[in-house]
Amino acid sequence: MRTPLSRIRGLGAAHHGTEHFWLQRLTAAANVLLLVVLLGIVVTLVGRSHATVIATLSRPLIAVLLVAAVISVAIHMRLGMQIIIEDYVHSEFRKVVLLMLNTFFCWGVGLSCIYAVLKISFGP
Amino acid sequence: MSDTPARPRPLSPHLTIYRLTWTMAMSIVHRITGSALYFGTLLLAWWLVAAATGAKYFDTANAFFGSWIGQLILLGYTWALVHHMLGGIRHFIWDTGRGFGPERQGLARMTLIGSVSISILLWVLALVLRS
Repeated sequence: MRTPLSRIRGLGAAHHGTEHFWLQRLTAAANVLLLVVLLGIVVTLVGRSHATVIATLSRPLIAVLLVAAVISVAIHMRLGMQIIIEDYVHSEFRKVVLLMLNTFFCWGVGLSCIYAVLKISFGP
Repeated sequence: MSDTPARPRPLSPHLTIYRLTWTMAMSIVHRITGSALYFGTLLLAWWLVAAATGAKYFDTANAFFGSWIGQLILLGYTWALVHHMLGGIRHFIWDTGRGFGPERQGLARMTLIGSVSISILLWVLALVLRS
């Protein structure tokens, strides 16, 4: 007999259940809020001097929102690109390599952005 | 048995045989804008790292973003971001079980109209604030 418990045991073909789907939606919702803020910041900083940009980005609230946006975006883009790779790359070896590169890329971009924001915030 | 000709296995119909619909186009564009945003994050990283490095390096980055090619990339990036965001909100509507009826064509159209208008609005706002 197929009971509800046996259905969720093993959590489906990928053994991750709805984790991927849920995290994609969670970060999507966070991105909508955070990127509206980020767009607002960027729009006011276009063409401004280095000193103005530094002064704005080092304000605590803006720095925290910026780091939060970067984390949410990095997770969201890793999940999104993972889907694209799994859809179009059928060779197992190439797929695994690309999935690894995907993770490296997202961590690389994310960490660079976070490091930069923290360095700006904490001063030279 | 051995002289059975090796015929290719039948494949399921793909993109080329379907009539292009708004929802299909927007689905494809959602993927394309997502990929563009993915690689475009390098620009944000460059801008932030340049700002963290110093005024001289920051001016170099700013000069690139201020050039016509830089502006063109940023305009495309703005549109891709807004379009992907509106597409995501459409996905949220679908997640609630709504929006699968005939109204889905209108939703798809609104995504494009909305993304173009909001992008233009943002750029006008940036230009007004800069002057």
